[in-house]
Amino acid sequence: MNHTALAPGGPFAERIVDLFWLFGVVAGVVYLIVIGFLVYGLRRRPAGTEPVMAPVSATTLRAIGVALGVTGIVLVGLAFSDFLGNRALAHVPPDALRIRVTAHQWWWEIEYQDPLVTRRVMTANQLTLPTGRPVVLELGSRDVIHSFWVPSLQGKKDLLPGYTTTLALLATRAGDYTGECAEFCGFQHAHMSLDVAAVPPDEFARWLDVQRAAAAEPETDLQRRGREVFLTSSCRACHAVQGTIAAARLGPDLTHVGSRPRIAAGTLPNNSTNMAAWIANPQAFKPGARMPASPLASDDLGALSAYLGSLQ
Amino acid sequence: MSQLDCTWADSPGLVGALATVDHKRIAIRYIVTTLVFFALAGLLALVMRTQLARADNDLVGPDLYNQLFSMHGSAMMFLFAVPVMEAVALYLVPLMVGTRNVAFPRLNAYGYWLFLFGGLMSFTVFALNIGPEAGWFSYVPLAGPQYSPGKRTDFWAQLITFTEVAALIGAVQIIVTVFKMRAPGMTLSRLPMFAWAMLVTAFMIVFAMPSVMLASTFLITDRLVSTQFFNPAEGGDVLLWQHMFWFFGHPEVYIIFVPALGMISEILPAFARRRVVGYLGLVIALVSIAFLSFGLWVHHMFTTGLPPLGMSFFTVASIMIALPTGLQIFCWIATLTTGQPVRFATPILFVIGFFFIFVIGGMTGVMLGASTLDQQLHDSYFVVAHLHYVLIGGAVFPLFAGFHYWFPKITGRQLSERLGRWNFWLFFIGFNVAFFPMHILGLEGMPRRVYTYSAASGWEGLNLLATLGAFMVGASVLVFICNVVLTLLRGTRAGDNPWGAPGLEWATASPPPAYNFSDIPVVQSRSPLWEENFPVATVAGLPESVPTVLVTRLHDAQPDHVALLPAASLWPLLAALATTVLFIGTVFSPWALIWGSVPVGITLIGWFWPTADEARRHREIEIRPREAEQREVAFGELSA
Repeated sequence: MNHTALAPGGPFAERIVDLFWLFGVVAGVVYLIVIGFLVYGLRRRPAGTEPVMAPVSATTLRAIGVALGVTGIVLVGLAFSDFLGNRALAHVPPDALRIRVTAHQWWWEIEYQDPLVTRRVMTANQLTLPTGRPVVLELGSRDVIHSFWVPSLQGKKDLLPGYTTTLALLATRAGDYTGECAEFCGFQHAHMSLDVAAVPPDEFARWLDVQRAAAAEPETDLQRRGREVFLTSSCRACHAVQGTIAAARLGPDLTHVGSRPRIAAGTLPNNSTNMAAWIANPQAFKPGARMPASPLASDDLGALSAYLGSLQ
Repeated sequence: MSQLDCTWADSPGLVGALATVDHKRIAIRYIVTTLVFFALAGLLALVMRTQLARADNDLVGPDLYNQLFSMHGSAMMFLFAVPVMEAVALYLVPLMVGTRNVAFPRLNAYGYWLFLFGGLMSFTVFALNIGPEAGWFSYVPLAGPQYSPGKRTDFWAQLITFTEVAALIGAVQIIVTVFKMRAPGMTLSRLPMFAWAMLVTAFMIVFAMPSVMLASTFLITDRLVSTQFFNPAEGGDVLLWQHMFWFFGHPEVYIIFVPALGMISEILPAFARRRVVGYLGLVIALVSIAFLSFGLWVHHMFTTGLPPLGMSFFTVASIMIALPTGLQIFCWIATLTTGQPVRFATPILFVIGFFFIFVIGGMTGVMLGASTLDQQLHDSYFVVAHLHYVLIGGAVFPLFAGFHYWFPKITGRQLSERLGRWNFWLFFIGFNVAFFPMHILGLEGMPRRVYTYSAASGWEGLNLLATLGAFMVGASVLVFICNVVLTLLRGTRAGDNPWGAPGLEWATASPPPAYNFSDIPVVQSRSPLWEENFPVATVAGLPESVPTVLVTRLHDAQPDHVALLPAASLWPLLAALATTVLFIGTVFSPWALIWGSVPVGITLIGWFWPTADEARRHREIEIRPREAEQREVAFGELSA
C-alpha cells in the first residue's frame, strides 16, 4: 500500500513535497539558530544576583530588529513560494478525463464521465487512472462532509453536500496507491479507503472497455445458483449488477466487484471467504455500516460469493 | 483581628464558603476544577492511545472512540485551556494591579458556579453514554439532526453555552479590573505583562465568543425546532458552520496562548533577574497577535474548494502571525542574555521546555498556514502533532511554570524541587515521544480521528511509541498531583517573595489576606519590588469598615473615586442553579426557555434587591461636608 505523501506518484504531490522540504529545511535552520541563542543565554556565567534595571543597550535592540527583519523576509519568501505552489495545484487541464466521485457513509461511488450516457462507467471504492493523462475529479457528497485524500498523488479536497468541488490528479508513475477519507464522517470514518491503480494508457483503455461491458454471465452451476440468490434475496434492494434486473443505487455497483482488490471500502481483502463472511454479517467487520446482515444458508452464501467473485 | 480582617472575612462554615465573593477563593476553586477536568480529559486520551497502540485493536469500538476524542477535545478546550487561564488571571490580576477584589465580585461567583455546573453536566452525560460524538468542532451536517440523532450533540452545544457565558463573565471582570482598579501610579505603561496579556485575551474573548454562541444556537434550533440553517436540501449551508465556528475557533487558540505568553514574560525576567527587554514591543506584539488572529480562520478550510486568491490572502495572514510571536521570543532571549545567570528551578525548566517545544509547533504552524502544504497535511496526524505542540508546548508548559512559580504565593508553601524535576522531565520527554512521531504518521497518510487502522498500513510502530509517550505524560501529571498534595500536607513555608520577583503580587503575604493588601502601594515602576525603598507611598483614607476599592483613571491610574463592593451572597449560586436548569431544559424542549427564565428572573431579583444593610454600608462611605476637607488631604497625599 502506497499512501505516503513523501513518495509522490505524480507532479502535484511532487510539488507539495518539494515545498514541504523547502519549509522543513528553513524551519530546521531557524530552529537551530533560536535554540542556539537560547542555550547561549542560559549558559553565560557573569557574576551577581542583583536585578538588572538598566535600559537595554542599543546593540541588543538592533539585534532584535535584525532578527525580526530576517524573519519577515523569510516569511515573505515562504508565502510567495506557497502562492506559486497553490496556483500550480489549482490549474485544471482542459483535456482532462472527468470522473465524478460521490462520497457516502462509508464508501466512494465513482462514475467515469462520457458525453454518451451509455458509455459511462460506474464503480466503487476503486479508481483506475491512465498514467500521464490529467484527470479532474468532480467531488460531491450524498450525506455528510468527507474528504478525498490520496497522499501520493495530490493534497486533499472536501466533498460537501450542496457543493461540487474539483480536484486535478496526474499520476506519472504507474502503481497502486491508497487513499483515505480525511474528514471525520461518523461511525466508520476509519474504514473508508480507496484503491487507486495508475496504469499505462493502453491498459487503461482496455480496463475501461471491460468495465463498460455488462456483468459476466455465470459459467458454473455454483455461480448460476449464486446469481439466483443475488436476484431473489435482499441484495438487489441496494445494489446494481448491470445486465441483470438489479439496478438499485443505494450501495456500491457490483457489476465488476470481482476485479476490485478490497471490499467494504478497504475493510477486507477481496476473496471468497471474506466476501461470504462480510455478506453474512457486515457489522462484525464494520460496525455501523449501512449494510444489514443477510441470514442466508451457508451453501447459498458460498454460491453468492462465488458469483460475485466471477464478476471480473 | 484588624478592622480590615473583620470587613473582608467570609462568615465561617458552609454558607460562608458557598456565598464567598473573594476572588482568591473563587479562583482557587476555578483552577482546581479546571485541573480535575484536565486530568479526566487526559485519562480519555490514554484510553484512545491504548486503543491505537496496536493495529486492528478492538479495545474500544467506534461508538465509544468517537465520544472519547470528541469529549477529550471539547473538555480540553472548553473546560480546561480557556477557563484555567482565566482562573489564574482572576487570582493574580487583582494582586498584580494592587487592588482588593475583582470589579464585579458576585458576577465572578456566578461565572464560576455556571462553569462548574456546565462541566459537571458534560462529564455526567459522558458517563451516561450521551457524550459528544461529532468532534470538538462538530461539523454539520454530521452534527445535525439527521446524522446525529439522540441528545449527544445537544448536550455538547449546551456545554458551549455554559462555558462561553462563564468565559465572557471572566473577560468582563479582567477588562474592568485592569482598566479601572489599578493601584495609583500604575499607568498603562507600568502594567505587568501578564495583566497586559490577560487584557488582550479578554478583549479577544469578547469578540470571538459571540460567534460560536450564535453558531451553536443555530445548531440547537436546527436540532430542536427544525430550523434549516445548515441543511443544504432546504437552502441551508454546511460551510456556514465552519466559517462561524473558526471565526471563533482560531482566536480561541490565541485566547489560550496569549495568557501563556504573559506568564513567560513574568517568570523569565524574575529568573534572569532583569527587567523584561522590549516591554513596548511585547505589548504591541500581543495586540497585533489579537488582531491578526481574527483574520486567518479560513486556514482551517483550505480543503473546502475556496478560490485560490482567497486562500493566498489567508495564507499570508496566517504566516505573518509568526512575526509578533517571533518578536516575543527574541525579546525573551535578549532578556536572558543581558540578565544574571539563571538558577534552574522548576518554573524556569518549564519555560525552557516551552522554547524547545513551542518553536517546533510554530514552524509546523507556518507549514499548515501555507495553503499548498495544508492541502496535504490538513486533517492528518500531522495536525494532531502540531496542535499539541502549540497547545501543550505553548500553553500547558508555561501554565505548569506558572503553577510552580505562583504556588507559594497562593498556598504559602513551596513545591518540592525534586518532584518538580521529575514532573518536568517526564513531561518533556514523554510529550516529545508521544507527539513527534505523529508528524511522520500524518505524512505517511494516517488521517486523524480513526478508531483503528490495519496492520498493512505500516503505522503500528510509531503509534505504539506515541502511546508509550502518552503514558509518560500521564505519569508526569501524577507526580505533579503528588507534589501538590504532599506540599499542602508538609511542604516548607515560603516567604512573601521566595523568588525575589519584582511584581506587586509578591508585596503581600503568602497566602494573601482576604483584602490582598493592608495598604495599597503607590506604584512608580514597572518592577516595583526591585526599586529601592518600595513602597514610596501608600494609599490612605480608604474606608476600612466596609469593603471598598480605589477606582483609578484608565490611562494614568490617578485616583478617581472609592467604590463599594457588594457583600457575600448566596444569590449568585442560586442564579447559577436556575440558569443551569434553563440550559439543560432546553436540550429537551424549547419551552424550557420560557418557563426556565422565571426562576432565573426570581434569583436575579433576589440578587439585586436593595437591602437595609447595603444602604447602611453606602451611608458609611458617604462623604459629608465637614469630612470633605479631611478626605481631600488624604487623597492629596497620594501625589506627594
